[in-house]
Parts: sequence; C-alpha cells; structure tokens
Amino acid sequence: MPKDHGIGASSKRREDVRFLTGEGNYTDDINVNGQAYVYFLRSDIAHGTLNSVDTSAADGMEGVVKIFTGADFEAVGSVPCGWQVTDKHGEVMQEPRHPVLAHGKVRHVGEPIAAVVAETLEQARDAAEAIVLDITHLPAVVDMKEAVKEGAPKVHDDLTSNLCYDWGFVEENKAAVDAAFEEAHHVTTLELVNNRLVANPMEPRVAVGDFARGTGDHTLYTTSQNPHVIRLLMGAFVLGIPEHKLRVVAPDVGGGFGTKIFHYQEEAFVTYAAKVCNRAVKWTSSRSEAFMSDAHGRDHVTKIQLALDKDNNFTALRTDTYANMGAYLSTFAPSVPTWLHGTLMAGNYKTPLIYVNVKAVFTNTVPVDAYRGAGRPEATYQLERLVDKAAHELKVDPIKLRRQNFIMEFPYATPVAVEYDTGDYVATMDKLEEMADIAGFKKRREDSEAKGKLRGFGVNCYIEACGIAPSNLVGQLGARAGLFESCTVRVNATGGLVVMTGSHSHGQGHETSFAQVVADMIGIPEDMVEIVHGDTANTPMGMGTYGSRSLAVGGSAMVKATEKIIAKATKIASHLLEASEGDVELKDGAFTVAGTDKSVAWGDVTLAAYVPHNYPLEEIEPGLEETAFYDPSNFTYPSGAYACEVELDPETGQVTVERFSAADDFGNIVNPMIVTGQVHGGLAQGIGQALLENCAYDSDGQLLSASYMDYAMPRASDLPFYDVDHSCQTPCTHNPLGVKGCGEAGAIGSPPAVVNAVLDAMRSGGKDVGHIDMPVSPHRVWEAMNS
Amino acid sequence: MYNFDVEMPTSIADAVKALGREEAQPMSGGQTLIPTLKARLAAPSVLVSLHSIPEMKGVCKNDAGDICIGGATTHATVAAEAVDYPALASLAARIGDPAVRNRGTIGGSVANNDPSACYPAGVLGSGATIVTNNREIAADDYFLGMFETALEEGEIVTEVKFPIPEVAHYEKHLQPASRFPLVAVFVAKFADGVRVAITGASENGVFRWTEAENALSGNFSASALDGLSLSGDKMISDLHGSGKYRAHLCGVMAKRAVAAAS
Ligand SMILES: Cc1cc2nc3c(=O)[nH]c(=O)nc-3n(C[C@H](O)[C@H](O)[C@H](O)COP(=O)(O)OP(=O)(O)OC[C@H]3O[C@@H](n4cnc5c(N)ncnc54)[C@H](O)[C@@H]3O)c2cc1C
Repeated sequence: MPKDHGIGASSKRREDVRFLTGEGNYTDDINVNGQAYVYFLRSDIAHGTLNSVDTSAADGMEGVVKIFTGADFEAVGSVPCGWQVTDKHGEVMQEPRHPVLAHGKVRHVGEPIAAVVAETLEQARDAAEAIVLDITHLPAVVDMKEAVKEGAPKVHDDLTSNLCYDWGFVEENKAAVDAAFEEAHHVTTLELVNNRLVANPMEPRVAVGDFARGTGDHTLYTTSQNPHVIRLLMGAFVLGIPEHKLRVVAPDVGGGFGTKIFHYQEEAFVTYAAKVCNRAVKWTSSRSEAFMSDAHGRDHVTKIQLALDKDNNFTALRTDTYANMGAYLSTFAPSVPTWLHGTLMAGNYKTPLIYVNVKAVFTNTVPVDAYRGAGRPEATYQLERLVDKAAHELKVDPIKLRRQNFIMEFPYATPVAVEYDTGDYVATMDKLEEMADIAGFKKRREDSEAKGKLRGFGVNCYIEACGIAPSNLVGQLGARAGLFESCTVRVNATGGLVVMTGSHSHGQGHETSFAQVVADMIGIPEDMVEIVHGDTANTPMGMGTYGSRSLAVGGSAMVKATEKIIAKATKIASHLLEASEGDVELKDGAFTVAGTDKSVAWGDVTLAAYVPHNYPLEEIEPGLEETAFYDPSNFTYPSGAYACEVELDPETGQVTVERFSAADDFGNIVNPMIVTGQVHGGLAQGIGQALLENCAYDSDGQLLSASYMDYAMPRASDLPFYDVDHSCQTPCTHNPLGVKGCGEAGAIGSPPAVVNAVLDAMRSGGKDVGHIDMPVSPHRVWEAMNS
Repeated sequence: MYNFDVEMPTSIADAVKALGREEAQPMSGGQTLIPTLKARLAAPSVLVSLHSIPEMKGVCKNDAGDICIGGATTHATVAAEAVDYPALASLAARIGDPAVRNRGTIGGSVANNDPSACYPAGVLGSGATIVTNNREIAADDYFLGMFETALEEGEIVTEVKFPIPEVAHYEKHLQPASRFPLVAVFVAKFADGVRVAITGASENGVFRWTEAENALSGNFSASALDGLSLSGDKMISDLHGSGKYRAHLCGVMAKRAVAAAS
C-alpha cells in the first residue's frame, strides 16, 4: 500500500496551487515605491578596446536619472569567483578582474558597458541609444584550441595567456596510466564535443535594489538559487556592505537549472545604484539579454581513450579536455570541469587507472558555468559513448561489456579520489532490461523498416555525485565557501511549525517534501508544517540549492534540528507526564509513557513551552526553537541505467525518440511523484541537449543562436512518454534519511543513450560512422549518412 | 518599442487614407511586426490596424468557384473554414502555435514574404491571385524575392483568391528551433497541369520548381520525380542546414507531397 502522507507518500505539491493560478510572487512582481528602471547598453561585438563611452547627449534626456559607465565602478570590487583550481604544476589558476561594467575593453557580446537609470524602461532605452561608443575592434578568440596557441589574441591583456589552468588528475597516476595503455590489448579512442547550452529558465533573471536612507539598510530582490551566497559574495567582495546591512530575498523563482546560482553584475549594479540614486532600481532581463548574459553550460571538447585487456576488462582510461570558461570566471566555473567532472570519470566501472587532463580556456564568449548536472553530464557522456564504441569495435554486446566491468562491492574507492558508499548497478541494469523490452525490439525495428525508417537502441549507465561535501575537503580543493546546510525549526505555541531552511526551492517542491519529513518525524498532519526559504532575513546562513543537494544536505540539517526539537519536547512531556524521560516516546503526534496509556498531545507540550506555568524552568529554557547545521561526510552517489529507442528517417535525417526508459537508484525516497517529475524534467533537458539545443558562435564571436528562432528548445512533441522507475534503492549510508539526489540524474544520464541509439539506427542502415556530435540534428544525421 | 500612434479604420478606404500619413505602416496580426517593433528594428510613427475591417475578413467562394480569403483573416479561421480546399486549410493549421494562428493573418504573411513562410508556397503553388486595394496581381508576378513583393508603398492585400485544384498537399520539414519550414513544398494538380512551389530553401524566397511540374504534369506520381534534383548553390545555408541539404530536402518533400496528394 503506498502511503498517503509523510515520508514515502506522493503528496500533491502545495506550491503548485499558487504557481498554476498566477498567484506566485516572483521577483518581477516586486515593485518598490518610486523605483526607477535600468537598461544595460551591452556590447554587440565580441572583443574590442573601449576607447570612450560618451554619455553627454544622453545625460539630459527625458526621464534620465543617472547614467553609469565602467569608470564609476573602478573603485568597486571585481565580481568574484568562488573556486580556485590549482593546476598540475601546483600553480593557482589565472583569475582576471571581472568588472561590474566593462572598462578599457569589451570581451564578449552581451557584456554590459553602460547602465542607464531612468523613470521608465523605454526612456532608459532611448537614452542608451544616444550613448556614443568609441570601440576599436580586436580579433576575437572563439575556438579553444586556437585560443591557447602561441600568439593568439589575448582575452585579458594582463594574463600570460588564455589558459586559465592546466589540470592533471591524478597527476601522480599519469605514468602508470600511460604504461597501461602501452600494454593494452585494445584501445578505443573517441573525440567529441559536449555542446554549449543556454539554460533558458522560463523566468528570466530580475534584480531590484533598494536602499533605506533612514537605516542604511540595503535590500536586493533577485532571482537566485542561493540568497545567502549572493549576500556574502556581493556584500563582502564587490560592494563592501556587511551582511547585517544587506538583505537578499529570492522569492518564487521560475526555474534555475544552475544559471541562477551565480552572482551577476546586474545584482551588484542595482544594489549600488539604489544608494547612489537614492531610489529603488529595477532590472528585468529580456529574453534576448538572457541569451547573452546568463552563464552558459557545458562546452567541452574532449579526446578520451579506454584501454582493455584481452578479456575485455577495462584497464585504464585517459582523457584530454578543453573546457570553455568564456570571457570571465563565473562564480563556480573553475570547479565544473575539474572537481565535478574528473572525479566522476570512473563511472560505474572498476577501471583501476585513470588520468584526466583539463585545460580551461578563456574565449570571447559568455561565461560558462554549472548547468543541470554540471560536470557530471560531460563525464557521463564521454565515458558512456566510449564504452559503447569499444563494444562495437570488439563486437561484444554493449550491455554485457558494461556488466562485466561494473563495480560490485561497496564502499568502493575510485582511482579519482571519491568513495562510492552504496550502489547496485546490476539491479538497475536488470530493471532497465525489463522496462526496455529488449526482446520486442526486433519486431519494432521491422515495423519501422516497413515504413522506410531505421530504428536504433542505445543504453548507458551513469553515476553521479550529489551534495558536494565535506567542507574541509572542498576547501582543500579550492572552494572559497563551505558546503554545509542549515535549518531553524520554530514550533509555535499551538503546535504548528515553521521550518526555515537554507535550501532554496525554485521548482523542486521543497515546500511539500520537506514538510512531509518533519510531519512524519512528529506524527502530525503535513499542513501543520510551513517551509520558509529564500530570504536572508528569516533563514539561517545556508548555501542554497544546486548539485541535487537540498534533501541530502538541507534535509539532513532539518532532520537534525527536528531531532533537537523532539528531544526538548520529550523533556517537557516527561515533566508533564511525571515520568522519566527515557520512558517517554513520541508517536503519531502524542507523547506516551511506554507500556501505559498515559499520554500528552503534541499541542499540549508545545503550549507548555510558551506558557511555562507547569514547566521545569530550572532545567530547561522555555520556548521551542532549534537550529542545526549539517556538513555531510561525503557526496551521495545516485546511479542508474537508461535506454533510448529512436526512429530515424534516412531521407531527411530526422530522429524521433520513440521510447525512453530510466531505472534510477536514488536511495530512499520521500515523495515518489516529485522524484518522477524531477527525472522527467531532467530527461527533457538531456534529450534536448542530445537532439536540439546548441549555442553556436561564429568565428567573430557573434552569437548565432541568440533567440528561439535559432536556439531549439525541446517541446512536448519532441519527447516520448517516459518509462521511469526508482524501485532500486540502496540508501545513502551517511545521511539520516538515506537519501541521494534526483534533480540532475535525467540530464546526466540521457544524452549518451540517445546518441548511442542514433548510431545504432545508422548502423542498421549500413552506415557505421563511429561518432556523431550533439545536437544530432537532421542536417548532421543526413550529412553523416551521406558522407 | 518607440512611440507611435494607432489608427483603427473600419473600411479599406479609410485604411488607405490612414496609410497616407507620414511613416505609416499597416498592421494585421502583428505576429511579425510586433516582435520587430519590440526589438526597435522598425519605427513607424503610425500603425494602421487592419483588424477591424469586416470586408477584409472571412472565407467564401466566388462565382468562378475560387476560395476567397480576406486579407485580415487569421490562420485559425482559414484552418477551420477553408473546407473546400483541405490542403490550404491544413497549411494554415500547421503555422506556428495556437496564439500565432489566432492573430496572424494571410495578408500579413504574403505581404511580409518571409523566405521561410508557409503561405507563399500555398499561394504560388495554387496559382492564386493577390487582390489589393487597387489591383489584382497573379502569384507568379507577386513574389519578387526575400521579403520582396510587387506591393507598392501604402498598398494593402485585401484578399487572396485561390482556384481549387483536383488534389493538393503541403509537406513541410521543420526548422527545429523556429518551427518555420526548413523546406516545405506545396504541390497542386489542376486539370491543365501541376504546380510545385517551394519555401524555406532559396535565397530568393518562394519559387516554382518547373522541372518537377513538367514531370508531374505527364505522370502525377512520386516516381516521376526520380532523378530530378535542384542545386544547392543559391539556397539558404545556416545553422540548421546547408544549401545542399535544403536542395536534397526539396526533392524529398516534393515526392512526399505528391504521394500524399495522389
Ligand atoms: C512564434 C511564431 C511562429 C510562427 N510560425 C510560422 C510558421 O510556421 N509558418 C509561417 O508561415 N509563419 C509563421 N509565423 C509568422 C506568422 O504566420 C505571421 O502571422 C505572419 O508572418 C504575418 O502575419 P501578421 O498578420 O501577423 O502580420 P503583421 O505582423 O501584422 O505584419 C507583417 C508585415 O506585413 C505588413 N502587412 C500586414 N498586413 C498587410 C496587408 N494586408 N497588406 C499589406 N501589408 C500588410 C505589415 O506592415 C508588416 O510589414 C510565426 C510567427 C511567430 C511569432
């Protein structure tokens, strides 16, 4: 019997009522009395010397409050980077200054040059058109391999080159890895591109800065996944505002997908300008601005090789990746191709020797940072494409080759620094084979062929790492932040709870699933628990939501705080029951003396805490409010196996996804419906990357896919009905709920299955091309079929 | 957007008069024009809305048996009401999305003559007649190149008249992002011959594939097109497909259109 409430129940998402009825409170819904609007004049060229920005004609125009240029921000801090990578020679990465407004040079299309604050947005735009720019065009660097060549134009004149870092992992293993390749029975080599993506959350970024002259308090309303992180980064590093004078509010946020983790110049600008102009300043990104100013994702160019012995055991793996940083280092950009990518290269396999090289490169493009999956999709894609290629070269069944090399015993220490606590890759693969109806494939292929179509089947496995941790380790790896999470649980006098979490929900459904956990622990209805998040003024310092960390890390902090609440409430109850504390237990919302029918209800205990008439005041304080911080001892490691079936029209190259099966192991599950929804969304983004999405630049650094006319988003009609299962559960061993993370799995696990299926379809049509790059567009397929 | 005035005439005559104002521009469904205005790529000082002119709306049949569609008739209306010309109704039903179909109009589409738009293929492929406020123009004389038509300054498309073929079909291969045609072919078989019009492919906008027309006029079957091909040289080449690919798709779409029509 499925549960109807508490942990394990598919409780309906309570937040959807307001989202679906237009009652959400998004940042753009926030209007401060007397606010002005800012329009950013952005660079329309990729690289140039900014000789002058002449605002004289614009300054006096109707409605103009003030025009800012780079010169106004010379004394203001650089937009900071939150992670410092140390390269293979022990040198720290090259880290350029990132100004709020361009100064001296422009470095990518979309970089803000001037900001016009005016009474209305249209007046600000009118004035921006009257600003005269004197820019000397410089040759742009777009291609990463060209960018690192001797003599290439430099994105940052004060750096030694366009190479941010050259990372080797694990450098000490390199010689042994190379030696294993020398002895290999077979070597499979693959070169591929992991296509650049634009996150495209439905809600574009918005920032409203406000300043209260009477108190000197700043407020920033912003579309963020982590308001405390923004407060710290912007307050401490850019504007020099102490946290107690700065409040950051991230109210309802309409999708983040990673791109709303980072601290952006526009946030610093509105906060700063509100004080200078002495009135609130609002910025709402247009969709066009989003394409050229939201951090992009992926963009790796990789060569990867697998060594196998004569029995098809994997003996060594090595990779060589160029990772695009864009023109500046976005908040977590350096960590994505390194610690979130290299550490995952073992995948589900017991390959004993692994070496990963990553060269991070500056180019005249929009900064690139974490996007749903962040590093793990790049790792999974290359590895799972490679294993498939090896299977075909060796003429062995791709599933069999995978199974033969699976890690079977846990915990398992990989050669790339991480230790998987639990997993059962055989179980998810068994489940997948059943779901995918492999036996029926032959018939389905014949049916397709009868219609003149080709049909292909592809699988892959994935392993990922969620809830990046622990803080003391990530600190050694270069993180300039902790990676704990926090929670304050406040019990009100009549028994209801307010749970103030440092996690942030921007579509994930925390308001529902977090409440399920607390309600279950106490044994009360879910609607007695309110989840509060997104405002530094009423939540404890927390690190926010990304990397599928919320339940595993934020949920654990919440469990710990609730345990403290229960411990104290038990003390109060035992006093009321005149029993010894050890004999009193909480069950179904009542405290009972074990073995008796003496009990006191939850609400009577909470009332006693705030009306402490009959209360052990000499032993415990009144009130019932507890805070906990939780710093995990390890990542969690969800894993799974995915299968994709495509139909390919050989005449047009059009590929359609006919079936998609996903067998995931997320450990314990709090709300199965929400988990399924998270997988569905991830699959849409993964299949979107595989077949449709492509952020393309030309060689001058012009963004070719700068709108939905050219950037193909997946739509419902591009996607099949998914078959999703998460019944294989190996609980995480080191967090109290035994949960892993499910937010990114779909996006991580699906691209290789799609591409493997397309290549299988092409082979069935007599064309073995070895590899095809994403997005597998009709044009590319047709060209490959006719090459 | 820059500021502009709006006029809402209720007759063609008043619309023509309003268009006499300086920097005036007609607006029909606004599905092309409004995004252009928002991007500040156009700056008319007066927008003359064609939305409230009853004589420019609706689908009917004239004495010659032609289907006559008012210039301000939406794609959704054509999809629902052009029942006597199913291939045309189906073309209209597949333009954009519901919001676009409920606002966008045939007059706006043929006036704009986007090289990837659907209607130009239907109009040219049917040998339709474009009726304006002061003349009638045969489709063959109307489409002059990418975004270029025979319309003069201030001239408005008030109606499009379609002769009804024996059979016809519109086959389109979608550009994955915009969902406009990457290449689409409209094939129509009349008693006196076959017309084949192609959109999305050429740098000069919609065109007739006369070689295919000749082959099909003798033998209306997909196999009649075997061995025929177009050159990709003057075809659009972009992120979504090379000229060569588009030329190839012309052949595939034409064959599929014929197969579906016959
Ligand atoms: C999301 C989206 C998807 C779309 N998908 C497709 C598609 O798949 N296929 C397709 O063919 N089109 C597509 N379109 C375009 C759509 O069909 C437009 O409606 C059409 O191109 C223009 O018609 P309109 O009535 O909106 O014209 P408007 O935008 O009002 O006007 C367009 C131009 O024509 C002029 N004009 C308008 N009416 C007249 C007239 N009667 N006489 C003279 N000049 C006139 C205007 O001055 C303007 O220059 C799409 C549009 C959008 C926004």
